[in-house]
Amino acid sequence: MISIEEFTKGLEVEFEDVEPGTLTPETNYKNIKGWSSMHALIIIAYVDSTCNIILSGADLKSAQTIRDLYNIVIEKIK
Amino acid sequence: MAYLKTANSNILAICSCVPKHIEKTADYTHITPEERELFTKTTGIKERRVADADVTCSDLCYTAANHLLKKYNCAEEIDIVIFVSQSPDYYLPATSILLQNRLGLKKDCIAFDINLGCSGYVYGLSVISNLLQSGQLKKGLLLVGDKSTTSTNFTDKSAYPLFGDAGTATLLEHSTTKNDWHFNLQSDGSGKNAIIMEHGHSRNPFDKTLEDVVEIEPGISRAKKHLALNGMDIFNFALKEAALNISTLFEKSNLSKENTDYFVLHQANKLINESVRKKLKVEPEKTPYSIDMFGNTSSASIPLTLCYKLEEALLTKRLTLLLSGFGVGYSWGSVILETENVYTKLIEYDRA
Repeated sequence: MISIEEFTKGLEVEFEDVEPGTLTPETNYKNIKGWSSMHALIIIAYVDSTCNIILSGADLKSAQTIRDLYNIVIEKIK
Repeated sequence: MAYLKTANSNILAICSCVPKHIEKTADYTHITPEERELFTKTTGIKERRVADADVTCSDLCYTAANHLLKKYNCAEEIDIVIFVSQSPDYYLPATSILLQNRLGLKKDCIAFDINLGCSGYVYGLSVISNLLQSGQLKKGLLLVGDKSTTSTNFTDKSAYPLFGDAGTATLLEHSTTKNDWHFNLQSDGSGKNAIIMEHGHSRNPFDKTLEDVVEIEPGISRAKKHLALNGMDIFNFALKEAALNISTLFEKSNLSKENTDYFVLHQANKLINESVRKKLKVEPEKTPYSIDMFGNTSSASIPLTLCYKLEEALLTKRLTLLLSGFGVGYSWGSVILETENVYTKLIEYDRA
């Protein structure tokens, strides 16, 4: 199972426009510079490809931090 | 699932017609330069073709069809014309009937419309090949496309920069020497709100407030008359269903992905299509794109991609193709078919 560190790092790579090393599990991802709905699609595609889980709009709305997202994914995997 | 086979149909030629006018994502001033860059990276869309206000989808399809009819000198042989679109000329009569007359086709010609978007080309092929397979009808025209750019509002960043206009014509014939075509067609109306034009028709008739533009959320303002798109819902639908539909079709048909030359997907959004491609474990060179230069052209996107990217291969080779459309409805479907020496042409709309 993917670790929270791998999950965060992978997300940072997918975003591309985020400075390397700036995302942590406690980052409120909706506060990253230039956040837009495109980032939400990137998150959904990333989680689908790495964890085979499809996050809903409600999942993204309820999560604040990357750790929240990770916890939702882990819960769905179970 | 709705798996079906049709026999004895052959694609002779495909022509796609796009407007000359280009709108570039880089010039979409409603969003910041950083948002534009991210939009292009995510969707793949660099530019789109936009038709003038007085040009309809049927004008584009007419131009494409006329090109083929002249080239093959076969207007009198057309027994059926089907127009697949969600932007008809009128509420009624059906646009296909107007095109029968405008194209100079005989009166002994079946003409009807199919109201579908992203899945429309595949559905259209299933219907016309069913009608051609008995041999009672010899030649048919499948006219597919949309003028989507008038459905969206400039200040709606969720929809406006996505769509381009295009009309296409596919000329088909009854042929007893061709292999079966295999279809997997699906529908789920619970997804109706993901892409919808909710007002101005029977359920919510026209009223004066349809023109009033209101802010839905920051960056997204539109009137009731406009198309509303929930990108996340449509994205999730495509991730869940598109690859599954295609894999199931290969299983049911006993055909193999490895022997398929190209996987031509509806040009929805590059991120979606790349996700589908990776799920199917298909090489990038087998999945051509037109979305970068034409945007999401609704039902026209598959034939437009064939004309734009596979002109030489279609003309010179025998190919096995997987075509898959998915979106508004939700409606989705795939077909596996063979082509041989298919003439294709991409033309720009000329008012004259």
